[in-house]
Amino acid sequence: MPKDTASHTGIGASTKRREDVRFLTGNGNYTDDISVFGQAYVHFLRSDVAHGRITSIDTSAAEGMPGVVKIFTGKDFEAVGSIPCGWQVTDRHGAVMKEPRHPVLAYGKVRHVGDPIAAIVADSLAEARDAAEAIVYDIEELPAAVNMKDALKDGAPLVHDDLSDNLCYDWGFVEENKGAVNEAIKTAAHVTTLELVNNRLVANPMEPRVAVAEWNKSNDEYTLYTTSQNPHVIRLLMGAFVLGIPEHKLRVVAPDVGGGFGTKIFHYAEEAFCTFAAKACKRPVKWTSTRSEAFMSDAHGRDHVTKIELALDKDNNFTAIRTETLANMGAYLSTFAPSVPTWLHGTLMAGNYKTPNIYVNVKAVFTNTVPVDAYRGAGRPEATYQLERVIDMAARELGVDPIALRRQNFITEFPYATPVAVEYDTGDYPATMDKLEEIADLAGFAARRKESEAKGKLRGLGVNCYIEACGIAPSNLVGQLGARAGLYESATVRVNATGSISVMTGSHSHGQGHETAFPQVVAEMLGIDASMIDIVHGDTARGPMGMGTYGSRSLAVGGSAMVRATEKIINKAKKIAAHLMEASEGDIELKDGQFTVAGTDKSVAWGDVTLAAYVPHNYPLDDIEPGLEETAFYDPSNFTYPSGAYACEVELDPETGKVTIERFSAADDFGNIINPMIVSGQVHGGIAQGIGQALLENCAYDENGQLLSASYMDYAMPRAADVPFYAVDHSCQTPCTHNPLGVKGCGEAGAIGSPPAVINAVIDALNSGGHKVAHMDMPASPSRVWAAMQG
Amino acid sequence: MYAFEIERPTTLADAVAALGREEAQALGGGQTLIPTLKQRLAMPSVLVSLSGIAEMRGVSVNDAGLLCIGGGTTHGTVAKEAAAHYPGLADLASHIGDPAVRNRGTIGGSLANNDPSACYPAAALASGATIVTNTREITADDYFQGMFTTALEEGEIVTEVKFPIPEVSCYIKFEQPASRFALVGVFVAKSADGVRVAVTGASNNGVFRWSEAEAALSSEFSVGALDGLSVASDDMIADLHGSAAYRAHLVGVMTKRAVAGAK
Amino acid sequence: MAKVAMTVNGKSVSREVEGRTLLVQFLREDLRLTGTHVGCDTSQCGACIVHVNGEAVKSCTMFAAEAEGAEVTTIEAMANEDGSLNTVQQAFQDYHGLQCGFCTPGMVMSATALLKENPKPSEQEIRDYLEGNICRCTGYHNIIKAIMAASGQEMPAMAAE
Repeated sequence: MPKDTASHTGIGASTKRREDVRFLTGNGNYTDDISVFGQAYVHFLRSDVAHGRITSIDTSAAEGMPGVVKIFTGKDFEAVGSIPCGWQVTDRHGAVMKEPRHPVLAYGKVRHVGDPIAAIVADSLAEARDAAEAIVYDIEELPAAVNMKDALKDGAPLVHDDLSDNLCYDWGFVEENKGAVNEAIKTAAHVTTLELVNNRLVANPMEPRVAVAEWNKSNDEYTLYTTSQNPHVIRLLMGAFVLGIPEHKLRVVAPDVGGGFGTKIFHYAEEAFCTFAAKACKRPVKWTSTRSEAFMSDAHGRDHVTKIELALDKDNNFTAIRTETLANMGAYLSTFAPSVPTWLHGTLMAGNYKTPNIYVNVKAVFTNTVPVDAYRGAGRPEATYQLERVIDMAARELGVDPIALRRQNFITEFPYATPVAVEYDTGDYPATMDKLEEIADLAGFAARRKESEAKGKLRGLGVNCYIEACGIAPSNLVGQLGARAGLYESATVRVNATGSISVMTGSHSHGQGHETAFPQVVAEMLGIDASMIDIVHGDTARGPMGMGTYGSRSLAVGGSAMVRATEKIINKAKKIAAHLMEASEGDIELKDGQFTVAGTDKSVAWGDVTLAAYVPHNYPLDDIEPGLEETAFYDPSNFTYPSGAYACEVELDPETGKVTIERFSAADDFGNIINPMIVSGQVHGGIAQGIGQALLENCAYDENGQLLSASYMDYAMPRAADVPFYAVDHSCQTPCTHNPLGVKGCGEAGAIGSPPAVINAVIDALNSGGHKVAHMDMPASPSRVWAAMQG
Repeated sequence: MYAFEIERPTTLADAVAALGREEAQALGGGQTLIPTLKQRLAMPSVLVSLSGIAEMRGVSVNDAGLLCIGGGTTHGTVAKEAAAHYPGLADLASHIGDPAVRNRGTIGGSLANNDPSACYPAAALASGATIVTNTREITADDYFQGMFTTALEEGEIVTEVKFPIPEVSCYIKFEQPASRFALVGVFVAKSADGVRVAVTGASNNGVFRWSEAEAALSSEFSVGALDGLSVASDDMIADLHGSAAYRAHLVGVMTKRAVAGAK
Repeated sequence: MAKVAMTVNGKSVSREVEGRTLLVQFLREDLRLTGTHVGCDTSQCGACIVHVNGEAVKSCTMFAAEAEGAEVTTIEAMANEDGSLNTVQQAFQDYHGLQCGFCTPGMVMSATALLKENPKPSEQEIRDYLEGNICRCTGYHNIIKAIMAASGQEMPAMAAE
């Protein structure tokens, strides 16, 4: 059983999660569990073609159907704002990206399968669906832009008629490096070139998206309940940019959220629709996505096509990296889509290595597919995958040990400024690799390979490193990079009269255990039991403006805000304690929930001080106000840089091409750790998603833009029997130097670090069987592996 | 789903009568039909649930030595109760879908639907089973008529399936990674009359017998007897999960594994 | 509309429902037992698993009318009588077998059904049994550990962390 000592509930304890009790007893409160009195239900009529002109739409027959409240089409949203994009990328020529309008309901044209054409609000969902079938409409189907290379050709179908082409932006990074990179590649002793696809994925949190909106006619206030990782961001985007509702009239609540993995960051048309329709219909309006609907309306992830070149000198030192990537944006720009292949990808291209010259080019492309945006890791898995694959390929070409090649090129001195504009504060890459070699028992691999071969199987070992930039991030920096929001986090620590505490935070858990881990931080600082502290999150009416949970930022940024607010509490509480004990404030010490006067036996308890703050009879009213509540906004000065080394061993059945994961090991450096149990769980889940990407998951379109993997019948989700127990270790700790907790973030690491390990292992297995396969794209499904073996 | 009524007859006679109603459709365990209804791909006005009919449930061996399974018997029940009589069939049943699906899905429903990647059609065809309906008996060779197509008439119910019990048998499937249905499944059954090999999942024409393999195995029941044999890929399904050539290749591999595993 | 009557978590209930009302809709919407979840529409994810007459079934793939007269048990009735977590639930908490919690009710119902059939399942048997329960958060590692612990078994060495 994990460590959980009754005496210690602060930092470093594997405290059991308090939220589990409600989830395990069926008492969770997810958005779909909310029903508002009098609610109507909306069904979206969605396009079944990828690209077409809406030539007519007649809702009159449907309007007369039983239970129908109101039917909306794109025309009803003409005067309403576009679903906004939160990040503006400037291209290598200094021009801003193309930013087409994204209407709430399609108007004029449909641009992907699933684009909503009409919305039917009715007394029941079944009646709404019945009425949808009575809508008479005509779509003139147009040729679709699906494949990115084709979409950039002259004469390709235009996804947006008002744009000159389908190129959103052509980004170069760092443009000034280009000459030196080209020169280094020209003069290199060896250049390894790899062309690869980073497969399109669907995030698939188990809870589908839901929105329930109500409008209060007495005060013109709206409330939106939604499945969101960041309700404040939704309030800002939807209120200010789409519907024109001022923030004080709009409350956004995200109750328990059943997983997100990025896809619940974004503001979606369905949220805006329900909020708009609640007033238009004068009734609460509820939408619950089906899983099939999710496949064609949740933002997808990844979908890069990349060429990477790695140059090495005669001693196998890396001298340059040059990449060219096509990044799919889909039909519209989702909230953070433009930032993913640029600032979350190009800046990570140095990886763990001291390559002096790096140049990254990314062309973002509009296609007639579902919008693509951040999915667990967002840009960093794409960077890691290409880099760690090309290094493995180089090792194979040069006949050198892939681990030794990595070790030779590791960055070993910190801080380290990369050629791609970021500065790593700390890290110890040899130490994580040492730890990996130990926990993965790499010494025993040769014997395990023999055992596999005796059974007629091939066995492969794949190793890789990763680094990520997370804890997103300094607002002034991201502002320069095109973010249209700040990326601070907030916390309000409200100490009640009896000493219990509510901490309001803009971070919002969707499975990460904030309700358990965050109190550990505050409890540690105050020396009180964590059970006295509750976290309040997910409701814009109950906490200060915050930016939410993504980019492994909640503890690094949100936790730091909590530390700052708690420091303010301690400062004020010490003043009160000093007054109560008639001592000097500078002599007051706080330990184990007791305030003492240094060098004396005088003390007052935590509860005495908190009571005095609210019943200020004996209180320094001339100096300080009553009450004990403090707010802090924390804006980090840099990203954090978790890193690690991963190893995967696969067994490959040469008769069927089926690959099974036999062992998976992860040695991570997350800096300081608050709750080791939760950290391990985050890594486990990330690894499974990485294995899913590498072996199973593939969001596929046909050449007409029809979604082939449109349900779990064709989109392969990892099941329990597809994965092994994982060996994870986070004992290598180089604390972050610039946040007060020294933490780095652990939510995305598993998904970033694992795909190259799996594919490196598959390639190793194939080559061990005499199949000279240099590369294969993900997912390494049985049919693809078998095809690769046929040559 | 479109609106419909549900009838829950408790006797076969009542079920047959109910199925005589306009736009009536039989509902077995519903594990395939209900997802289909959710997509509004079927529009019955009456669903006649067969799950309340006791006479259509159960596993027994009759005087002729045939294993008789009621059409309304769930996969879970077959997995347990057929194990002592026909282990190859019980093993097949124990790997259909997942445990919760096996607690609802029925053999009659599976055979009536004849999904090209379902498991039971391979067992029925390889065993030379007889499909018994409320009106007649149909041999498996006559029963399966292509993807989602059978010899059943409108309103006809699979009440029982009678399996000759082979000397040895085995079903091996290679699962489609997403749906976990059979990408290719092969049932091999060896009896005194010879060997029958039925393949599911692979062909555009639904379940089929691989006659070359049957001939080879009938003269020598060994993995080696299959060396050099392959099925043509012309009629094989090609999709996201595998080419026609891959499926044809897997037919050979799964057949060998089924022979090796036969008991 | 037709009347349907059954016992849910030990209580007799009856309601008028449409033929197309799924058992999960009946539980969530008519009885407001929202612990049973819907995660897909192709009968694969298992978030909706309940016990009908003691057997695990997917309540999204069964009509309410088909549960006429049945004993239905949902996650809301799994805790001990005093409200404390039962053995399986407690093991899920102890071993961090859940994160977002959405698949969890189905996992607990499946695990309970498994342990009834097979009180000491092996790691592989647990993994195979969970074929119809998809979890996106945990990578299954701690779910498997929790179920092994609930069955009173030692952990394999690989499951140490």
